[in-house]
Amino acid sequence: MNVESLTIEQVQTGLAARQFSAVELAQSALKFAQAENPKTNAYLHFCPERALAAAERVDQKLAAGEKAGALAGVPLAVKDVIVTEGVRTTCGSRLLEHYVPPYNATAVTRLEQAGAVVIGKTNCDEFAMGSSNENSAFGPVRNPAALDRVPGGSSGGSAAAVAQGTAVVALGSDTGGSVRQPASFCGVVGVTPTYGRVSRYGLVAFASSLDHIGPLGRTVRDAALLLETMAGRDDCDATSAFAPVPRYTAQLDGEVSGTRIGLPREYFEGLASESGDRIHRAIEVLKKLGCEVRDISLPATKYAVPCYYIIATAEASSNLARYDGVRYTTRASDETLSGMYRGTRGEGFGAECKRRIMLGTYVLSHGYYDAYYLKAQKVRALIAEDFRRAFTEVDAIVAPVSPSPAFKIGEKIDDPLEMYLSDIYTITGDLAGIPCMSVPCGKTSEGLPVGMQILTRHFDETGMFRLADAFEKAGGFAGSN
Amino acid sequence: MKISESGVRYVADLANLKLTDSEIARLAKDMDEILTHMDALSELDTSTVEPMAQVLYQSEETATLRRDEIIPPIGNQAALANAPLAGAGYYKVPKVIER
Repeated sequence: MNVESLTIEQVQTGLAARQFSAVELAQSALKFAQAENPKTNAYLHFCPERALAAAERVDQKLAAGEKAGALAGVPLAVKDVIVTEGVRTTCGSRLLEHYVPPYNATAVTRLEQAGAVVIGKTNCDEFAMGSSNENSAFGPVRNPAALDRVPGGSSGGSAAAVAQGTAVVALGSDTGGSVRQPASFCGVVGVTPTYGRVSRYGLVAFASSLDHIGPLGRTVRDAALLLETMAGRDDCDATSAFAPVPRYTAQLDGEVSGTRIGLPREYFEGLASESGDRIHRAIEVLKKLGCEVRDISLPATKYAVPCYYIIATAEASSNLARYDGVRYTTRASDETLSGMYRGTRGEGFGAECKRRIMLGTYVLSHGYYDAYYLKAQKVRALIAEDFRRAFTEVDAIVAPVSPSPAFKIGEKIDDPLEMYLSDIYTITGDLAGIPCMSVPCGKTSEGLPVGMQILTRHFDETGMFRLADAFEKAGGFAGSN
Repeated sequence: MKISESGVRYVADLANLKLTDSEIARLAKDMDEILTHMDALSELDTSTVEPMAQVLYQSEETATLRRDEIIPPIGNQAALANAPLAGAGYYKVPKVIER
């Protein structure tokens, strides 16, 4: 068995044919992941006991002739902002370095019930705040495609793990592009579902009106299977949607002829030339598949970065208020309560978290609320309206994921505004709450992966996956070099 | 200039963040640059736009209410397991009230 390139289907076939047991697969995945980790720092910690216990349950079910689930034995990596009972969950922060959650996130529970085997927790920007994974308190992740470059962020560890082949699939979280951008930088599939499609119970909150849990995989089918397994209403998350969950994987027949695709002109300005070239080649593939392609306009796009960074930081400043030294493991010593709060937060948070707490506190403060926060909420409505109007004319929107491929570690870390501006193509989908994904569409001459973004209407993950799958089957990936 | 160093100190106080002098200088520069960029929003006329606080979907008014059933909580011991300091079943913090 070659762990590096396995798909979920191959795991199921291998288990059914008794080529390997779930325990053997878990052992070899753990061994491989642990051996490879020094190269990329994709994992913060492994959980061999939990993995082997889960694999053992799968083997027992198979031995008894019972169904072991759609994800039986599948090695899964989980971003370390998603809680796992009894397994440390640090959020990439010194503040939570020793935090051991007393419960599981609903997404993790559902995937484990379907037989998935969690092998470890992946590195990420502190509290999922960043676009390069350089904001982790435990060191940056290196991109498996080019070790001197970032894997993207904030789900950089999850994307790197899947690209490197140390996990078959992974969970990430996306607030402004944190699943799609690292997926594009590392050359894997990354999905941000409709807002509310997946329960966020157990996802450590960053910006609650924007946070999503999303799957990463090496194929569209694997990502779709992960999503259909974990999606759906959960009473523990009042924002989770009641809409029934379709079986996405049953509808990946490659037939997309007649699909109307919009190319938003605002997304092709200021795009690095090679990235633009790969996207345009991908669009030619979609045309050959019979898609009707036309130009569209999303005029509020130019306001998306300020809009997003006002709303996201405001919500973050509120959500991160809970790390005050009372409940969560780390406390600075001080004789006064107020000194204890201030010291704990001042010593515990890294530079980017502090910057966002400060910006968020400022835009919510007396005298600035209307000019910044309320204004941004109104601009958000305009951005959502742009998409609503566009989807009366087209079935899907195709766009780049990021203005450039993976940049060098250290290149942008001293210029926070420059880093924020690089999120321009991904934050709009989060602001509107629509499903969107990154699918690999080739590599630059330097061998750096490029991703194509597909966005569809609320709850039309089916249409999004069908398009991405047809593109993948048509050899979309092969557009390298 | 959008924000001065004394403005940064005021906001840090609201946010319960202890910052060093060099952090304050750095934040004054970064916040000034970012807040100036955010001013771009003022170009837009939004006088007739309703603010969007959430991505909302239509559903029954009571849809998010669960049945009134008693569900066992995680319990005192588990809840306190991550406390930096606990005692007698409570979180312990520095003294707030003088006797």
